[in-house]
Amino acid sequence: MTLTTLLYLLAGVLFILGLRGLGGPRTARRGNLIAALGMLLAVLVTVFNIIDEPDVVWWIIVVGMIIGGAIGGALALRVQMTAMPQLVAAFNGFGGGASALIAFTAILATDGVFATETAITVALSIAIGVVTFSGSFVAYAKLQGLVTGRPLALPGGPWFNAVLAAIALGLGIWAVSAGEPLGYWLLAGVTFILGITAVMAIGGADMPVVISLLNSFSGVAAAMAGFVIGNQALIIGGALVGAAGLILTIQMSEAMNRSLANVLFAGFGTEGAGPIDAGDRPVNSASPDDVAISLAYAETVMVVPGYGLAVAQAQHAVRDLANALEERGINVEYAIHPVAGRMPGHMNVLLAEADVPYELLLDLDHSNPKLPNTDVVLVVGANDVVNPSARDDSGSPIYGMPILEVDKARTAVVLKRSLSPGFAGIDNPLFYQDGTMMLFADAKTGLEDVIAALGQL
Amino acid sequence: MSEAFVQGIVVFVLAAFVGFEVISKVPQTLHTPLMSGANAISGITIVGAIIASAFVDGTAATILALLAVIFATINVVGGFLVTDRMLEMFKPKKKQE
Repeated sequence: MTLTTLLYLLAGVLFILGLRGLGGPRTARRGNLIAALGMLLAVLVTVFNIIDEPDVVWWIIVVGMIIGGAIGGALALRVQMTAMPQLVAAFNGFGGGASALIAFTAILATDGVFATETAITVALSIAIGVVTFSGSFVAYAKLQGLVTGRPLALPGGPWFNAVLAAIALGLGIWAVSAGEPLGYWLLAGVTFILGITAVMAIGGADMPVVISLLNSFSGVAAAMAGFVIGNQALIIGGALVGAAGLILTIQMSEAMNRSLANVLFAGFGTEGAGPIDAGDRPVNSASPDDVAISLAYAETVMVVPGYGLAVAQAQHAVRDLANALEERGINVEYAIHPVAGRMPGHMNVLLAEADVPYELLLDLDHSNPKLPNTDVVLVVGANDVVNPSARDDSGSPIYGMPILEVDKARTAVVLKRSLSPGFAGIDNPLFYQDGTMMLFADAKTGLEDVIAALGQL
Repeated sequence: MSEAFVQGIVVFVLAAFVGFEVISKVPQTLHTPLMSGANAISGITIVGAIIASAFVDGTAATILALLAVIFATINVVGGFLVTDRMLEMFKPKKKQE
């Protein structure tokens, strides 16, 4: 038992080293491998610890791992890089679900009779694990486009979820104090609904924050399950992930200059989401040739990628265009907004896939000072993150969100399919500004047309 | 409250602080792989699933335990593989000027 605990501690240390490795571009892959080794160690230690027990039901472990490994492996190896965020959401959901299931096996084994402190962790494993499970799959469905990205207006607004949470709390207290298995099952039912309604009420643009929070939840659920079965490996790993997810969540909310509570309960995107009336404001609609000419005579070009780039799988086209420009001696860099795409770092992953050097990707603080001296900014499928309203219009729902100040560049080329609003559902004055050229096209075909036009010059 | 439970609380609190310190130094550009990697680590619940399924009794418990092992394994195997796929693209590249 002592040796087991020490080996679990070693696994925990490997997790910590792995997470630290994941923090640097050169050590990240090794970090992931180290964390995976920690996991392998924890699993092997667990198996060896029960190997001499006479009544172990081995087929469950073997069959379960084969099925789970096949499903997980197939999903991970087949996913498109653009669909990465929703896959992480789905994996999250499975982890949370597993923790809740562990608590239920404990309930079946004991008929729901626990010491009070253990009973509390049983209830928490179930509540947090089930919310993670149902919430993650709603997040998956939203990002996959299976349900609308618009926030669902619940009857009673945020109170709807508050009432559900209060019912869940009451059921949890009843289950814990009465040692009543039925209470735990009802708790699972209510928290299942709560996970769905809570995430449905949040707009698609905020899904990164939600996934990050659910990532944190899945860790906490694992830690609580660790208390239920008295296992330190679960407590260490779960607490680490709980803290990790929480920090990411807070950083993401801050990147949008909003509090976490605002993200979760404000139903962002319902207000002012009516149809945009472009009216008779003139838009400078450009052809691929116009864009190619202005790019060809630039000295510095900054690319601002957004989700439209991901949807159109245009990361390679961007790279090809940058290559063509660099051959002409034009300096090309990339400005990455913290919430561009559907996840922090989403754009970095996509551009890395297209062999864009890591050093050319600039964050908000490094790109904004450069923008006023940039000849041409090429906005590819981004909208809200370059909306000057966030800076100028105190009545705007996104007022205060840090933006890439593309409107300060000499020329802004916006490659976009239409004038339709982004996820925040608001109009973008950048499109009507004097120095802006609108190239209406799918990101990939638009870029390919520009590359072709550039070749003709 | 049992001694083991209190020890668990100690471990939980300290591990949470370690996680906080380790994570807060990560550059924003690696947040997606980091989230994915952390998510894979939360699959540690697989250890709990193995222990839970080792001693099950009855059909209902067997089904729950089997699902727990499947779910946790999906999280672990999928999580680490997909993180590796992402990071494969972050290989250091020489600057092309």
